[in-house]
Amino acid sequence: MSGVQVTTARETAAPTAVSVAMDRWGHNLQRLPLHIVIAVFIAIWIIPTLGLIVNSFRGVQDMNNAGWWTVLFPPHGFTLASYTQVLNTENVASSILNSILITVPATVIQLAIATMGAYAFAWMKFPGKNIFFIVIVGLMVVPIQMTLIPILRLFAATGLAGSFIAVWLAHSGYGLPFEVFLLRNYLGGLPREVFESAEVDGAGHAVRFLRIAIPMTVPAIASLTIFVFLGVWNDLLVALAFLGSSPNRPFTVVITQLVTSLGGGWQFLTAAAVLQMVLPLAVFIALQRYFVRGVTAGSVKG
Amino acid sequence: VDRIITALIAVAGVPLVLLGYIYIGEWVIEHLPDRVQTWIRPYFWALPAIGFATVFMVYPLLRTVVLSFRNNADTIWVGFNNYIYFFTFPDTLTSLRNSVLWLIFYTFFAVGFGLIIAIMLDRVRYESIAKIAIFLPVPISAVAASIIWKFMFDYQPPGTVQTGTLNALLGSFGGQPVAWLVNSTTNNGALIFVGIWSITGFCMVIISGSLKAISTEVLEAARIDGANEFQIVRLIVTPLLWPTITVVTTTMVINALKQFDIVYVLTSGAYDTDVIATQMFRQLANAHYGRAAAVGVVLFVAIVPLLVINIRRFQQQEEQR
Repeated sequence: MSGVQVTTARETAAPTAVSVAMDRWGHNLQRLPLHIVIAVFIAIWIIPTLGLIVNSFRGVQDMNNAGWWTVLFPPHGFTLASYTQVLNTENVASSILNSILITVPATVIQLAIATMGAYAFAWMKFPGKNIFFIVIVGLMVVPIQMTLIPILRLFAATGLAGSFIAVWLAHSGYGLPFEVFLLRNYLGGLPREVFESAEVDGAGHAVRFLRIAIPMTVPAIASLTIFVFLGVWNDLLVALAFLGSSPNRPFTVVITQLVTSLGGGWQFLTAAAVLQMVLPLAVFIALQRYFVRGVTAGSVKG
Repeated sequence: VDRIITALIAVAGVPLVLLGYIYIGEWVIEHLPDRVQTWIRPYFWALPAIGFATVFMVYPLLRTVVLSFRNNADTIWVGFNNYIYFFTFPDTLTSLRNSVLWLIFYTFFAVGFGLIIAIMLDRVRYESIAKIAIFLPVPISAVAASIIWKFMFDYQPPGTVQTGTLNALLGSFGGQPVAWLVNSTTNNGALIFVGIWSITGFCMVIISGSLKAISTEVLEAARIDGANEFQIVRLIVTPLLWPTITVVTTTMVINALKQFDIVYVLTSGAYDTDVIATQMFRQLANAHYGRAAAVGVVLFVAIVPLLVINIRRFQQQEEQR
């Protein structure tokens, strides 16, 4: 009897192992369409960028004679010719420098002013505060186009037209509503006790702001800095409007002008596009968490 | 070199100036009578931000509304002439139509793809790496993205080698090449797709964030009750995600209406691809300031409902604080 029992146990055990495997296999097979759809999405979202990067390392002749995927087979014919050509094209090298000279100060200016304003909105009481803040929330969605003509005239009248200062100020003005909104929400979420005990200890607002508020807001400021920095680096409209023909115009404007002015033979601009997106992609990959938080913070909160 | 020095001065100078402003200002305020102190201090702190917002947003906004009723030289009132021009001239009507196309298709597909991808990736083990792939276009500028897609859409006459990825693919299935960006039946769709491609990762990340917040117990209970995956997505996940989807959708509608870069770089609005924002810029470049202002006002009016929604949502959040 016991022998029978053992065999029964074995017989039930053995099929179980097999059926588990079968189940898993069946389950995976069932999920195959899911994996295929995901793979198609990933392919569509990756391949265009990949194609551009590959092409940027090919000669212009090769680009015109065969698609980028032909490099999979020898002769590969990789060359840096496009990069040399781009960097030797008039205005390109200096415009890359301009991009840096526009982006860094513009980012610093707006974040410094926004943090200070956000502190007032978060920790001070004053008449009209709510109305001011509602206006700021409303301004977050106002299209920049609405402001271009009066500000162009303002810059022309003050002699700032075409200067770096003009774009620094313009970017700061456009960026402020969102930054004040975001930082005010973050600052307002800090524990009240910390500020109150500092006040009891006799710390004025300057000390509370510089010694307590700012250090505690560093994570939010870091995410926001990345977001603002790349926003200005990638901007086309503001620069086109205020620096369109100035020698101070940034890289994005020069690339755009080259694309539209070159009917054919624009292929070497692949290298320009790669140079333009290297910085954002590097920042994204290196600081992924901060980056994603910065990009999404606004819409999750409001 | 001069420019670098100016930039350095700005980078170091602005925080220093603000520090000076804070310290000197606070010092002055502390020497005022108490009652004046409590009254004046908040304005002193908020002034730089409010000042910037006023000079660069509020004032220009009002001024543009005024300019839209003036002639180009801003010397005489022209009534609604600039608006009549906008709503009767075929070119501007095309730009209006295209912005509506952007509004519908860009918003629908960006949010839809974002939702579908977030839900699908939630069910696989390689989620994080796949998310990076979909998110990759987000940090890329519209200028670079446009050049990326110029290659995808590249067209050569039939019979020659197709170096554009899409036309080569089409050719390998025996199709005729399509001039994606020139042909007026495909070009708007092509441009809108570039926009969708750039922003889907953004929608996905936000939707995925609130997807992770849905408790797994609810989903398990539904599975035990015999619901299949499609029912779970339709009847449980989507309704729970609805608030997030609304937020993302409003953001995308605003994005769609403001769309400028992609159109400007890829076609400059040629072949009937103009949108409101590029149309406005063209009027501006041609020194038609009154018309440009009117186009700007039209764009703003289209955004006003969303502005109201934003403020309402903000007020609701405030009540919950």
